[in-house]
Amino acid sequence: MSGSSLTTGYLVLSAMLFALGAFGLLRRRNPLVMLMCVELMLNAVNLTFVTFGRMLNDITGQVIVFFVLVVAAAEVVVGLGLIVAIARRRPGATADDIRVLRG
Amino acid sequence: MDITVESLTFWVCALIVLGGAFGVIWSRNPVHSALSLVATLFGVAVLFLNQNAQLLAAVQVIVYTGAIVVLILFVLMLLGVDRDEDIDDEPLIGQRTLAAVAAVALFGVVFGVFVIGGAGIVTGTPNCADGQIVTSGSPYEPGCDPVNPQLATVTDSPNINQIGRVLFTDFAFAFEITAALLTIAVVAAVVLARRPKDVAPIPEPADLGYENVDDIEEPA
Repeated sequence: MSGSSLTTGYLVLSAMLFALGAFGLLRRRNPLVMLMCVELMLNAVNLTFVTFGRMLNDITGQVIVFFVLVVAAAEVVVGLGLIVAIARRRPGATADDIRVLRG
Repeated sequence: MDITVESLTFWVCALIVLGGAFGVIWSRNPVHSALSLVATLFGVAVLFLNQNAQLLAAVQVIVYTGAIVVLILFVLMLLGVDRDEDIDDEPLIGQRTLAAVAAVALFGVVFGVFVIGGAGIVTGTPNCADGQIVTSGSPYEPGCDPVNPQLATVTDSPNINQIGRVLFTDFAFAFEITAALLTIAVVAAVVLARRPKDVAPIPEPADLGYENVDDIEEPA
């Protein structure tokens, strides 16, 4: 296994990516951009899984990334459907406005 | 650190990944955010390749940048919300500060666990040939051979063969559940995107005589 310090580099990079995604998710109010920030966080976790999988010489990490990819795709589909349904009734809605949509 | 092809690729891709992430967060235009997301996802795909995860790199490019980002861009264009957003506007007082504090705290916790504690305390060290867990020494270079024939890894077969073997044996049930999840998601998308017959725009708070959203009272 070459580059054990590089393994730490991968983990630190994914930690930074996760923190950036969390910051964007908390900061931005456009629901589409918030969805993109969730994708950033999911990718950070995927990178961690692959790094740990290589570190332990175990393929299971990559298999779990496969499932994360599928769940992320389903999440984006449902999230975009919700955004379309909301934006049709109230164009330009931000995350703050969604709480007034009742029923 | 000695410069190898892997470390050089890592540093270049790390720059691309972080630059793309900053672009997602700080672009005023959502379309620019989506394009920055493409840069990040491509960087992560190359990092997957760098770690011998060839199948995942291909799937990352095809599914993420080929399908998900295109879907997001499609919705952006469909709704016409691709105008600039005023990201300096701060309706919740201190939201930006609290978000920064929360992000730094998250990074600190993960960094502390990974680097100070060592990655081995997250995953445990690999099983040794004699079945004993090595708890001493460097977490990255355990004192014994980590290759165990009982593990799922068969190191001499191609990456895609290994993933396929584990996916359709150990994770077969999870695989079926995932198929059901995708079907449910497709049905949900169709139901959500269906245009209702009596669609009426929800009135703005100003039209109802309220100064702002917070003045609207919850119905009893």
